[in-house]
Amino acid sequence: MRIAPLRLIAAIAALLAAPLAVAAGSADKGRLAYVKHGCWQCHGFVGQGGVTGPKLAPNPMPPEALSAFVRNAAGAMPPYQKAILSDEDLADIHAYLQSLPKAPDYKSIPLLNP
Amino acid sequence: MARKDPGPKADRRRFLTGVVAAGAATAMTPVRSADVAAQAPRVPSALPPSMHVAQAETGTPRELARVKGIPGSDFMVDVIKTLGIKYLPANCASSYRAIHESLINYGGNRMPEFLTCMHEESAVGMAHGYFKVAGKPLMTLCHGTVGLQHATMGIYNAWCDRVPVIVVGGNDLDAATRPPGVPTFHSAQDINALVRDFTKWDDTPVSLQHFSQSFVRAYKIAMTPPYGPVMISLDAGLQQEPMKEHGEKPYIPRYVPTAPPQGDSGAVKEAARLLAGAQNPVIVADRAARTPNGMTLLVQLAELLQARVIDQGGRMNFPRTHYLSAPPAAVSGADVIIGLELSDFWATVNAYTDNAMKEGIGTNSTRIKRDAKLISISSVDLNTKANYQDFQRFQVIDVQMAADAEATLPALIEAVKSAIPNERKAAIAQRGEAARKAYAEGQERTRQAAALGWDASPVSTARLCMEVYGAVKGLDWSLVASEGNVSNWPNRLWPLEKYHHWLGRSGGYGVGYGAPASVGAALANRDLGRFSVSIQSDGDLMYAPGVLWTAAKHKIPLLAVMHNNRGYHQEVMHVQRLSNFRNRVANLGGDMGPVGTRIENPDVEYHKLAESMGWWAKGPIKDPAQLGPALREAVKVVQAGQPALLNVWTQPR
Repeated sequence: MRIAPLRLIAAIAALLAAPLAVAAGSADKGRLAYVKHGCWQCHGFVGQGGVTGPKLAPNPMPPEALSAFVRNAAGAMPPYQKAILSDEDLADIHAYLQSLPKAPDYKSIPLLNP
Repeated sequence: MARKDPGPKADRRRFLTGVVAAGAATAMTPVRSADVAAQAPRVPSALPPSMHVAQAETGTPRELARVKGIPGSDFMVDVIKTLGIKYLPANCASSYRAIHESLINYGGNRMPEFLTCMHEESAVGMAHGYFKVAGKPLMTLCHGTVGLQHATMGIYNAWCDRVPVIVVGGNDLDAATRPPGVPTFHSAQDINALVRDFTKWDDTPVSLQHFSQSFVRAYKIAMTPPYGPVMISLDAGLQQEPMKEHGEKPYIPRYVPTAPPQGDSGAVKEAARLLAGAQNPVIVADRAARTPNGMTLLVQLAELLQARVIDQGGRMNFPRTHYLSAPPAAVSGADVIIGLELSDFWATVNAYTDNAMKEGIGTNSTRIKRDAKLISISSVDLNTKANYQDFQRFQVIDVQMAADAEATLPALIEAVKSAIPNERKAAIAQRGEAARKAYAEGQERTRQAAALGWDASPVSTARLCMEVYGAVKGLDWSLVASEGNVSNWPNRLWPLEKYHHWLGRSGGYGVGYGAPASVGAALANRDLGRFSVSIQSDGDLMYAPGVLWTAAKHKIPLLAVMHNNRGYHQEVMHVQRLSNFRNRVANLGGDMGPVGTRIENPDVEYHKLAESMGWWAKGPIKDPAQLGPALREAVKVVQAGQPALLNVWTQPR
């Protein structure tokens, strides 16, 4: 209980500071970084999400928000601090998520309309 | 085991003594010849055997002829046959050789039919799955020590899942006479001690009369809710010795089922009062429906109250197509929550977050209104044990009944009918309309979520599940197991409506349940003319893949579609999580997940494994477009009576 407010403050501080820190990344590099850092484990290889983690793509959250959340996650998601995930890799991951196509409307998939 | 009966003795002891004596005689021959050599100058290189040695080596051991009368194990078969046990999955073992012989020769290998298994855990798992379809228990036989140790995980799953299995372990109790060597390693004073903490009852019969009482008692206890596994230690001597040729013949007690325990009438009335007066009652069921009738009763109660129902899936409790079917979050707005046979009431109304806060133990938070009233009906309250604590964290309950939920539902329904005042009926109907809207919206959200990653490779778990459903939907299908966590898509998207559509999970979450339980359930479905399909995970299958051979051997048709995410994925996430909490880069060791958690490099070719054991199989399927056609082929194979496996590479969850 003592730690949570500190993390919240840190998250807000990171959110405010993030626009300067987050650079545009490479989707190709991001695809590899996404696997290397284990994002796929809870969110799936194409960010589709599941019972273990929410969907990340398409339309990922803005890079600043993603950075703030990833660095300071205090809920079910474990935090990824800079020692284990660099700013560059994080920017690449965001670029990868941004590159993923929109999912089809379920109404266009016969198997989802039995 | 000491015996008082002066009648015909167990001649197996003397027979074995005879065998040992013959061996000794053979060994002594050279010594005698050496004596002869001292007196004669020329010694032949190979002496002819003496009459005694020749008889010992080639003749019929005279002791065999002494086995007279009816073998004790024949009587044991007579006892077993009175209970209508259809199959006996087991891995063969010498400590039960006598009853094995009686079962297949004297008993004609019918009722029960011996099914050859390659692991005791597989045998128990098959019995587990079989019961959940047939509603009737199977028995298994195992070696008293080594075999029973193999069986323990399966027995623990059955205990946690409240499933009756009759386990009989062969044991050579008489240390003074049992054969030396291996049989001693395979015997113990009290083999039942291995499983006593997670069986309902155990016994060690010391006479045939004791056996008949113990076996019928074991069956009766196992089949009285809460159901559970039971254990009998079966002395090898008792199996092999003939029945007495004098005195009274042992009798076989008649099996009469015990009525399940019903909730106290006062507590039922109080529960009904709370439910009838609630603004937003919610029903939560885990193993409430022991039979198809349990589902019917739960629908009646839900519709009477227009209360939403959260089915936790320990059994098929409530149709997923019903507008009152609700997700776990539905507890949040409830003012009265009734839990029916919940294994974890605490986690039903509280949330736990594994976030390393609070000195690393994680955080707890309530999921319900502070003043919500809680009601529980659970038979497990009648049968708890100290060592293995599967009753979870302590939860304060306002009205708690130590009773069987299904048996109590008729009285509760009548009490609720009486307790609902006329002026409440319009409000209750309105509640139903809100539930219809929430259900429709939830279905739409779920289907859109399933569309995410629809064309991804490896195949998404939503695509996997819906392709499978598309292939079997025209059949009388039964999803016999869904292991490895596929984001719960079958429960979210399949129209689970009948009791056999969903059989629940392992109970103890011991990995290795899915494959044998699928085969056992498919066996029961085969006899009922149903089509069995399983979602089979990779790690689960590799615990004891020999059960694939058992399915082929005994012609048990089953479609196993693999959720092959190439890892023990729960552990992949756990070790990654701990690495992050400790701010360390997870060591992947060249794999895609932390060292020790992945099943890759090399990849297991499950389709070849299955083929080698007599299955039709295909794979690896990585392109989702190939899945539908492969499934259609596999369904035809299974309909023709053969088991079929598709090795599908999938997304992690």
